[in-house]
Amino acid sequence: MKTVYIIIRKEFKQIFRNKAMIPIIFVLPLLQLVILSNAATYEVKDIQIGYVDYDHSISSRKLIENIKGSSYFENPIYYESAAQAEEAILKDKIELVIEIPQDFEKNIIQANYPKVAVRVNAIDGASAGVQNVYIQQIISNFNKHIRLESYNPAQQSLNYSSIESVTSFWYNQNLNYKTLMVPGILVLIITMLTLFLSSMNIVREKEIGTLEQINVTPIKKWQFIVGKLFPFWVIGLMLLSIGLLIAKLIFNTPMLGSNMLIYAYTSLYLLLILGMGLLISNFTDTQQQAMFIAWFFVVIFILMSGLFTPIESMPIWAQNFTQLNPVAYFVEMMRMIMLKGSTFQDTGVIFMKTFIYALVMNFLAVWSYQKKN
Amino acid sequence: METTIKATNLTKSFGDFTAVDKLNFEVEKGEIFGFLGANGAGKTTAMKMLIGISKPTAGDAMVANYKVSTQADLVKKNIGYMSQKFALYDDLNIKENIQFFGGIYGLNAKTLQQKYQQVVENLGLENYVKQLVKNLPLGLKQKLAFSVALLHQPKVVFLDEPTGGVDPITRRQFWELIYEAADRGTTIFVTTHYMDEAEYCDRISMMVDGKIKALDTPKALKKEFGAETLNEVFLNLAR
Amino acid sequence: MKKFIGFVKKEFYHIFRDKRSLFILFGMPVAQILLFGFAISNEINNVDIAILDKADDKNSKEIIVNLKASKYFNVLDYLQSEKEIETAFQKGKVKAVVTFDQDFARNLQRPKTSKLQIITDATNPNVANTITNYINSIVVKYQMVNLQQDPPPQLVQSESRMFFNPALESVYMFVPGVMTVILMLVSAMMTSISITREKEVGTMEILLVSPLKPSTVIAGKVVPYIFLSLINAIVIVLLSVFVFQMPIMGSLFWLSIESLLFIVTSLSLGILISTLSSTQQTAMMISLMGLMLPTILLSGFIFPIESMPYPLQLISHIIPAKWFIIIIKSIMLKGVGFSFFWKETLILVVMTIFLLGLSIKKYKIRLA
Repeated sequence: MKTVYIIIRKEFKQIFRNKAMIPIIFVLPLLQLVILSNAATYEVKDIQIGYVDYDHSISSRKLIENIKGSSYFENPIYYESAAQAEEAILKDKIELVIEIPQDFEKNIIQANYPKVAVRVNAIDGASAGVQNVYIQQIISNFNKHIRLESYNPAQQSLNYSSIESVTSFWYNQNLNYKTLMVPGILVLIITMLTLFLSSMNIVREKEIGTLEQINVTPIKKWQFIVGKLFPFWVIGLMLLSIGLLIAKLIFNTPMLGSNMLIYAYTSLYLLLILGMGLLISNFTDTQQQAMFIAWFFVVIFILMSGLFTPIESMPIWAQNFTQLNPVAYFVEMMRMIMLKGSTFQDTGVIFMKTFIYALVMNFLAVWSYQKKN
Repeated sequence: METTIKATNLTKSFGDFTAVDKLNFEVEKGEIFGFLGANGAGKTTAMKMLIGISKPTAGDAMVANYKVSTQADLVKKNIGYMSQKFALYDDLNIKENIQFFGGIYGLNAKTLQQKYQQVVENLGLENYVKQLVKNLPLGLKQKLAFSVALLHQPKVVFLDEPTGGVDPITRRQFWELIYEAADRGTTIFVTTHYMDEAEYCDRISMMVDGKIKALDTPKALKKEFGAETLNEVFLNLAR
Repeated sequence: MKKFIGFVKKEFYHIFRDKRSLFILFGMPVAQILLFGFAISNEINNVDIAILDKADDKNSKEIIVNLKASKYFNVLDYLQSEKEIETAFQKGKVKAVVTFDQDFARNLQRPKTSKLQIITDATNPNVANTITNYINSIVVKYQMVNLQQDPPPQLVQSESRMFFNPALESVYMFVPGVMTVILMLVSAMMTSISITREKEVGTMEILLVSPLKPSTVIAGKVVPYIFLSLINAIVIVLLSVFVFQMPIMGSLFWLSIESLLFIVTSLSLGILISTLSSTQQTAMMISLMGLMLPTILLSGFIFPIESMPYPLQLISHIIPAKWFIIIIKSIMLKGVGFSFFWKETLILVVMTIFLLGLSIKKYKIRLA
């Protein structure tokens, strides 16, 4: 045990000796947590919209007024012709344009069903879909108004039954993205930091040549591994603590579940990540290689974690693949414990899966370490 | 006399290739044993087996009274090692390196403090105690590494080309440290490319193609081969 | 010049000798673009939902059948009471619960409103919102078909056209983004690491005392990586065209020039990082911890920049990836010419000059 302590002491000294690393470990990630949590939102608002009005009538102006009044869109910009508006889309000045044809008003009065054309920049398909829905809503509201004005109110009172659907958003009534993103980004930075540090660490000794020296000393392999990885485990938990504090104080993120449970899970999770880092370390000769491999997996883990794009939207094979994605587990766990107040019973399955995963990873890591050295 | 290293038919093969072929030799306590050979002759492979990080495919060796094949852990406790690649931690200072390497051999804090003061005094490192090891001149680094390898008073110290890249004066000083250690009864097992260094050894062995081709005192070897210098002996054998 | 070429050759030898790194360098981007191209999208399918049907009558059952039949939903569970909703969410699988009031069908008979409740787990707001919209549209459709209620005619009709991406494919959005992230990180990481490596091993000093100028040394180290990154860019573009059927509406010439420019910008960033760090470890951690999340989140790769709070929109201006994403979308998807993206190009050029200038200054201070 004393040997392990000596190794741990040496590791901490080396980590904190490198003055450049302290801000990288603590300041940079937490700064990103504070800033980037605000960036991740799918909310579509303040959309730049343009319009072309070939009719210049009261009705056409009224339709534009309706757009102006909506909270989704910025004040519509007027264009002389459809061609000019299309150029504005090409230049990214506006996202969509609504074109009101000639004789718009006349056709309304004569019930000729005039058509307005809507053109949307659809490169971001998801946003385009939403924008289109918004503009359709405005048009159908406009229609309702015409009806109310032109039809006999008595006709309107004609009763017909209908289904009314009431929506309630649980755990996040205002659909605030930060509620999801703050714990999510905290998960990402903890994972990135500990995986990068641990995968580089042992390769570094290999590269400098000190590993050879270590191998001829009576240090047992497990002592060396434990001694090397323990500091990162501690750093991971420290990062979690500061991150949770930031979540509470700055973002006022709801924390419904038990913090003990979060710490318990994170402790287990870090073992899994550190085992993975060690495994990468064993199969590489240089820090550069280790880093590239760690980066490769981290990018995949992050983008397929279900944080930025829903796991449900992936094809089935990719959904099965997320069973091997530790970040997906951690994101899900944070969401459950922090935001929904899930208990150990609720999360038992994920605990179990993570435990088995960590066991397998560490077994492979230690086995390959013994084989390689 | 007490034997501290004894190799018996020590062999290492990689598939069809036999890197080390049935080595037999003994090294006495307090002896300085030079282990010579051209690059690729099998020196490093043999040494790796003796320090317990590589298992022999056949034969065995006793180092500090333990078998390298089965008691590698005990061997490691009783030897010191310094390699040609500089092997202290660059980003720790002298004291921290001593605390670490001494500590893993089980030395307590008090002993470590004593050892540290001794080392600083012996090597004249007073001006460098605040510095990180990477800022030490190469010669001092190597002397320090040697002292660190001796911290736990091992029975045998293995030196793998310890003086690569240092000037002749520093090399001279380094050998004085080696003699001092040998006088205190530490066995020294050293590989080198410098023939003048080989002259300093009590006995030397010359390895060619995985076998020991000659083994005796430098004087006797020169006589046997009718050569003026060890260099000639070496060229004769390696041809 | 001859010396310079010799130097570049040496760098190439270094790179090509290390087969494993080479494999990593070329294999990874391909694997990533394929994986993400197929797997990442915003469209939601097969969401697990639960039903709380207190009515258990003809109409509620019919709606449930419709929900089940849709490709969006997968009815996982039937709940018995309101209390079970919370547990269902806490267990994590179910993302939404649809409840029917007791008198659902009866209320429909008389001219009255029947209530249907959609309760979603809004811990992921995007998913919650989309699910709600899908369920609503299924209910509306049911109403139209089964209750024979034509909605009042829309007097003003509208006709929407989706420009540049008529099928609303997610790939169009993600491929340019993934390409940018890969080029950015690979280029910045490679240069910063390979330069600090020479520093750490001590060979940098040897190079600097040689008759080569420091700038030549740096350029020599960077040139091979320009080639490597360019090959990566070409491979990614080929994949996006032939595997993901992305169009290249604009000119290949400009696509190459702009990619080259962006690679140089990223490499300059790598050089700057190498001047700031003395060990490979520091260099790697700065490039990874410092660049990865901002490049993914602030570039408009996944999240629309227009929706971000204003201060973040300002910060996004200094992210080179943002400008490059605009440029490649313009070239590949919009097919516009240089007059449409000269501003973005200019910004990247200015950034590159700035980054290089800063690195040179830092180097001089260090050498003095």
